[in-house]
Amino acid sequence: MKIFRRRLIQLAAFGFTNAQVLNLASGKIYKGELKNFCAPGLNCYSCPAASFSCPIGAMQAVAATSGFNFGFYAAGIILAFGILFGRAVCGFLCPFGFFQELLHKIPTPKKILWRPLMYAKYFVLAVFVLILPLTLTNYAGVGLPAFCQYICPAGTLEGSLPLLATRPELRQVVGSLFAWKFFILVVVIFGSVIFYRFFCRVLCPLGAIYGLLNRISFYRLTVDENLCINCGRCKKICGMNVDPVRQNDSAECIRCGECAAACPKKAIAINFSTSLEKRDDCLE
Amino acid sequence: MSRKIFQAVVILTAGGFIFHGVTRGEVAIIFQKAARICMECIGLG
Ligand code: SF4
Ligand code: SF4
Repeated sequence: MKIFRRRLIQLAAFGFTNAQVLNLASGKIYKGELKNFCAPGLNCYSCPAASFSCPIGAMQAVAATSGFNFGFYAAGIILAFGILFGRAVCGFLCPFGFFQELLHKIPTPKKILWRPLMYAKYFVLAVFVLILPLTLTNYAGVGLPAFCQYICPAGTLEGSLPLLATRPELRQVVGSLFAWKFFILVVVIFGSVIFYRFFCRVLCPLGAIYGLLNRISFYRLTVDENLCINCGRCKKICGMNVDPVRQNDSAECIRCGECAAACPKKAIAINFSTSLEKRDDCLE
Repeated sequence: MSRKIFQAVVILTAGGFIFHGVTRGEVAIIFQKAARICMECIGLG
């Protein structure tokens, strides 16, 4: 039931973030007031259907503007969502995370991701989101939004493809950069079919920030050690390869609740809590 | 206890960042970027 509820929330968040669907036919970009706000998840603001700004795009747009250096507004929004929900944003609210989960449902042999690859997203965050927009400039001296430009597959999927389909004039500027980004999108799509949430775990800078905040977020996972019989079912079912009994604060846990649903003793709870005591006790 | 302190620090930082960003005009920069096609984002520019 809780898993079904998560699917409904994911669907609703997907629709709410991309409510301007009628623009898809014309390739127009929504210019309403909502674009002043950032969505919590990764969603390209150049998608004709997008209602909100992308937080990573917004951070880079400000950092790349001369005299600004850092996008405080978008960073503040990310921190606010992160302290409230941690990586539950990924599990419930992010359209691109939902897209990857759907891809993973395609019936093919599934593989377990090599763990060290998961550290790549911190490199992407530091270099492509924070450092390069400040240090790389184009011919006009304007900073480059390096993550958007060279990596983000959401921009290619939600922005380029619908825009190229509906606006023929844009097709004339398709070149090697688009080829590179299309290649990344293909890798992410195939990766997500084989590995659960491939992009989220390896490349997403937003997932990196929310993951770091998982340790202190209000929405959290707790295990009651008096109930837990160490059967290992929770660890086995976790798509993110987390062992919730040992790493309930793991930066990879998206608070999806699959482990709680699988636990025969109902020892796992995921909810809002300001008190640490119970969880800390049970891990000692 | 230290967790509550960290939570308070992050909440205050988030609020301070948002306030600072709004007062120095970041929202307008973001809106300008988001209300047009971002050629870099879509890999065409
Ligand atoms: S890791 Fe990134 S793409 Fe994945 S769900 Fe989280 S914000 Fe979205
Ligand atoms: S530990 Fe549980 S809640 Fe976290 S990602 Fe794994 S199954 Fe989902």
